[in-house]
Amino acid sequence: MRNFFFIFAKETKSYFNSPVAFVVLTIFSALTGYYFYNIFASFSTLSFQAQTNPALINQYGAFNVTEFVIRPFFGIVSVVMLIIMPMLTMRSFAEEKKTGTMELLLTFPVRDSEAILGKFAGCMGIFAIMLGLSFPAMLLVEYFGDPEWAVIATGYIGLIMMGAAFISLGIFMSSITENQIIAAVLSFASLMILYMVGYTAGLAGEMVGRVLEYISFSFHYEKFARGVVDTSDVVYYLLFTIMFLFLSMRSLESKRWRG
Amino acid sequence: MIEVKHLTKVYGEARGIEDINFTMERGEIMGFLGPNGAGKTTTMRILTCFMPATSGTAKVAGYDVFEDSLNVRRRIGYLPETVPLYTDMQVPAYLKYVAGLKDVPWKKIKSRVGRVMEQVGLSHMAHKYIGELSKGYRQRVGLGQALINDPEVLILDEPTIGLDPQQIIEIRSLIKGLSGDRTIILSSHVLPEVSMLCGRVIIIDEGKLKAIDTPENLVAKLQASDSVKARISGPADSVISALKGIEGVKKVESSGAVGSSGEYVVEFVRGFNGSHLLARVAVERKWDLYELTPIKMSLEDIFIHIVTDEDSSL
Ligand SMILES: Nc1ncnc2c1ncn2[C@@H]1O[C@H](COP(=O)(O)OP(=O)(O)OP(=O)(O)O)[C@@H](O)[C@H]1O
Ligand SMILES: [Mg+2]
Repeated sequence: MRNFFFIFAKETKSYFNSPVAFVVLTIFSALTGYYFYNIFASFSTLSFQAQTNPALINQYGAFNVTEFVIRPFFGIVSVVMLIIMPMLTMRSFAEEKKTGTMELLLTFPVRDSEAILGKFAGCMGIFAIMLGLSFPAMLLVEYFGDPEWAVIATGYIGLIMMGAAFISLGIFMSSITENQIIAAVLSFASLMILYMVGYTAGLAGEMVGRVLEYISFSFHYEKFARGVVDTSDVVYYLLFTIMFLFLSMRSLESKRWRG
Repeated sequence: MIEVKHLTKVYGEARGIEDINFTMERGEIMGFLGPNGAGKTTTMRILTCFMPATSGTAKVAGYDVFEDSLNVRRRIGYLPETVPLYTDMQVPAYLKYVAGLKDVPWKKIKSRVGRVMEQVGLSHMAHKYIGELSKGYRQRVGLGQALINDPEVLILDEPTIGLDPQQIIEIRSLIKGLSGDRTIILSSHVLPEVSMLCGRVIIIDEGKLKAIDTPENLVAKLQASDSVKARISGPADSVISALKGIEGVKKVESSGAVGSSGEYVVEFVRGFNGSHLLARVAVERKWDLYELTPIKMSLEDIFIHIVTDEDSSL
């Protein structure tokens, strides 16, 4: 517990000592902020026009800010996460191996699990700040409209769970190589595949389609975005996260074995 | 305190170390000597649980490095050869981090860090980032992190490399001062350092343990293969051939001339001193014998001797 805390604190500090945290947070805010501005602006224009032109209501259905702004916004946040998370996680073990600090870390009385969870929590911390930065957008929506807070809440819960899964996969990729670029590319590629695989589900046969759907990130996020927390989705993200944390542990162990 | 049995490490196809055996008592300081690639770092990495041996066992403080690695790691301080540090951290922050991971009690972390920084002469570097430090000061930070939990066993891979002469003296006296109850292993290429600091020396070459003894004994044992310096008047050619004819002489070299006499280094086979035969030959030939002195070997000579001679395992 103690070791976990020290590693977590050190990781967080070194994200802020290096430009990584600032770059990641800035890119995230810029991309999601830009998208939010566009979608929110077009929403207000449309709803303003709808007051004079009822035909628009027939075309778009009722103007529901949750439907029209919040949900697409969460969708885009998850896509940006796909790009950003590998940059956050790529250094976690790869850098330590490259610079040799791994030799000291592995000879300290620290369990592999403590090291991995400490680094995981460090990334989760930055990720939490990232999500926190998107929260003012929600307040803006609340100020001008009347969003469903239940959907916002489940949307964030879903993002956090998906983020945890992304991070654990990224940490695993970082634990199998000493090259940060390779770690980032591997994580990005696998996240991308897992994200898109749900879209191909319709093309595959029934059985395969179901499987593809089940392993895809996007499929499991859908219900969160509609305000529903389904146990099976929660279980999916938790299992995914635990599995990759476990694989990272094996990878550190096998490093010890191979020497 | 340390017990190494049949320790072997194979790197894929390459040799690491082969059948290393030794034991150390509490409070001993052991020096590892050996040319580049001998296997010093490999042995230390196994003892510090960084990597497992291919076969054989090693126990540190009574715990097996493989079975009980956590208990071993709690009791050691390790300075790796490359001194890997987090360059983006300030010195005290780094030492606090290591203190935290090495089970220094919460309340003592601060005082411990201050104490160690003083010990290794880093107090005036407190505001610096490690990345800004010179090689020598990084070395001190590395030594500081090894000492932070006041470990029973210290394993230092080339601790004085890259330091200026003043710092070398300071670090040596620091290491000397650390001994007592502590068991220390250090590797070095600087032989006087080893004979100065270490109670015993292990000479490793090509992955094999070639010799293990006190520096004095190593010298004495090799001294048995006596070499003498002789200053003899007479024609160099016939002196050399006459000396070579003496029983037990392995090698004769002319090492210069002083006035009318020449200087020769005569090496006898190990364990045989034929100085008296040499004197007799000189008298028989009516040459004047001005000087006949045994040549003392330094640890340097022994080192060269052991790692170059095929037949010299002790
Ligand atoms: N990670 C590794 N992979 C493959 N071979 C290795 C590895 N590390 C060391 N070796 C090999 O093992 C042998 C012993 O190396 P080691 O680093 O232990 O030598 P050393 O005595 O510390 O040398 P030096 O004085 O140069 O530090 C060398 O032949 C080296 O090439
Ligand atoms: Mg070495």
